[in-house]
Amino acid sequence: MSPAGVGGARVRIEGVHKAFALDGRSTPALVDINLEVQAGELLCLLGPSGCGKSTLLNIVAGFLPPTRGRVLVDATPITGPGPERGVVFQEYVLFPWLTVAQNVEFGPRLAGVEAARCREIAARYLDMVGLREHATKFPVQLSGGMKQRVAIARALANNPSIVLMDEPFGALDAQTREVMQEELSRIQRVEHKTIVFVTHSIREAVYLADRLVVLTSAPGRIKEMFTIKLGEARDRFAPEFTRYESEITRVVKEEVAKVRE
Amino acid sequence: MNTVTDLVEWGLHGAPLPRGRAWVLRAGAVVAFLLVWSLASGLVVLGNLFNPIFLAGPWRVLGKVAELAATGQLWGHVAATLERVVVGFATGALLALALGLPAGHFPVVRNLLEPIVEILRPIPPLAMLPLFIVWVGIGETSKIAFITYATFFPMFLTTVHAVGRVDPLLLRAAASLGARRTPLFFRVVLPAALPELLTGIRLGVALSFFVIVISEFIGAEEGLGYLINDGRNFFLVDQMLGAAIVLGLLGYAGNALVVRLGRRWLRWERPPA
Repeated sequence: MSPAGVGGARVRIEGVHKAFALDGRSTPALVDINLEVQAGELLCLLGPSGCGKSTLLNIVAGFLPPTRGRVLVDATPITGPGPERGVVFQEYVLFPWLTVAQNVEFGPRLAGVEAARCREIAARYLDMVGLREHATKFPVQLSGGMKQRVAIARALANNPSIVLMDEPFGALDAQTREVMQEELSRIQRVEHKTIVFVTHSIREAVYLADRLVVLTSAPGRIKEMFTIKLGEARDRFAPEFTRYESEITRVVKEEVAKVRE
Repeated sequence: MNTVTDLVEWGLHGAPLPRGRAWVLRAGAVVAFLLVWSLASGLVVLGNLFNPIFLAGPWRVLGKVAELAATGQLWGHVAATLERVVVGFATGALLALALGLPAGHFPVVRNLLEPIVEILRPIPPLAMLPLFIVWVGIGETSKIAFITYATFFPMFLTTVHAVGRVDPLLLRAAASLGARRTPLFFRVVLPAALPELLTGIRLGVALSFFVIVISEFIGAEEGLGYLINDGRNFFLVDQMLGAAIVLGLLGYAGNALVVRLGRRWLRWERPPA
C-alpha cells in the first residue's frame, strides 16, 4: 500500500482455465486466459452474456478457484478473497443491519483502525460519493444508485490496491448509470486504483476503460484487446468516441451472432 | 374494506388503521368477549340450565383472581411459574444457539446432530414428561428440564435454517473487506440470521407456557398449573379459569417482550422515515 492511500497493484492472470461440472460433464467456461492489468489501469471486460466475464472476475476476487492457471497480485499468487482486492457487486450487497456510515467503516474497523479514524475515513468517502447527509440511514432507505455509491465508498474506504467491479451499474436506470460512470471516472482520477470492470455495455466500457478486452462467446477466450486513447473527461458524442464504439460493437456482434447460431 | 389500491400499496394485509381506531377495535373486542361470556353464564342461572358452578361468569373469575392477588397467594404461583419458564426457556435457547449455530455453519456438526434431532423431534414432548419425572424426580429440576427439552427442538431447527439462509453474497462482500472466520461469523452471519432467530425464540416462549402447565399438574405445590389442578380437585371452576387467564396474560406479555426486543434489534428492517 502506498503511503498516500492511492495507487494500484498489478494483476497477472496466467493461463487461467475454468470448467464447471454440468450434468456430470465438465463444461469449459474460460479457456487459456492470459492478461496483465497494469497498476492504476482501468480494464474493462466485455463480452456476450454467459461468456465467463463474471467468472473471470470471481476468480480474480478469490471467490472461485481456477481449474488451471493462477492469478498474481504484484508477485503474490492469490488463494482466496482478500482486503487488497475490493469488490463492487451488481446487487450492491450492503450489510442491511448497518447504517450507511457503518457499512463504509466495515473494512477499516476489521483492520483494527481506531474508531475516530474510521469515522474520518467514512466521512471522506461518503463525501466523495456525495452521500454525507445520508450517513445515518439504513440501506433499505436508499435508491439503487445511492446503494451502489455506498458500495463503492465501502470498497474504497478499505484502501484496496485493486477494485473489481461486476456490472456495478447494470441494475440502474440509464440516467443514473451515466452519472455513476462520470463519478467513477472522477474518483479514479484521484485514487488511481487498478480496476477490473465487467460490463456488457460497449458505451460504458469505452467511456471508462484505459484498455478493453473483448471475450468470445462461451467458452470465453480473449478475442481482441483495445487501448482507448481518449484521455480523461471523455465526451460520449465526440467522433473518436463513436468510432471506438462502432468498431468494438462490430467485434462484439460477431460473438453475439455465434451464440444465436 | 380494502380497495384494490390499498392492496397494491400495502399488500394483502391492507392499509394499517389509525392508531386510535385500532385501539378502540381491540378494546371493543375484549369487552364484547366478556359480554358474551357474562350473557352465557347469566342465561345458565336464569334458565336453570345446569349447575352454574360449571360456568363461572367473568366477574366471578376476575373476582377470584383479585382475591388471590389481595391475599398474596397469586404472586407466589405466578413467580413459581415464571421462574420455571424463564430458566427452562433460557437454557433451551442457549442450547439451541450453542448447537444450532455450529450445526448451521459446519456440515460435519449438522450431519452429526440432525439425525438425532429428527428422530426425537416428532415425539410429542408430553410423551417424555413421565420419563423426566422418573429420571430427575418431581422437583423443580424436572419441570425446568422439561421446558428446556420441549423448547430446544423448534429453536434448534430455526437456528440451523437461519444460518443456512444467510445470503452467500454477504459473506463474499465481507471476505473481500478482510473478514476471516470469527468476524465473519459474529459480524455477518449472526446479524443476518437474527430476524429468523427471533422467530424461533418467539416459538420457544409460546411453547414454554404451553408445556409448563402440564408439568405443574404433576407433583407441584406451586405454580399456575398447580392452581388449575387444585381447582379441579376442589371443583373451583373460577380458580381454574382465573389461573388460565393469568397464564394467557403472561404468555401475551412474554411474546410482546420478544416482539419489542425484535423491533429494537431489527430497526434496520423498517427504520423510522
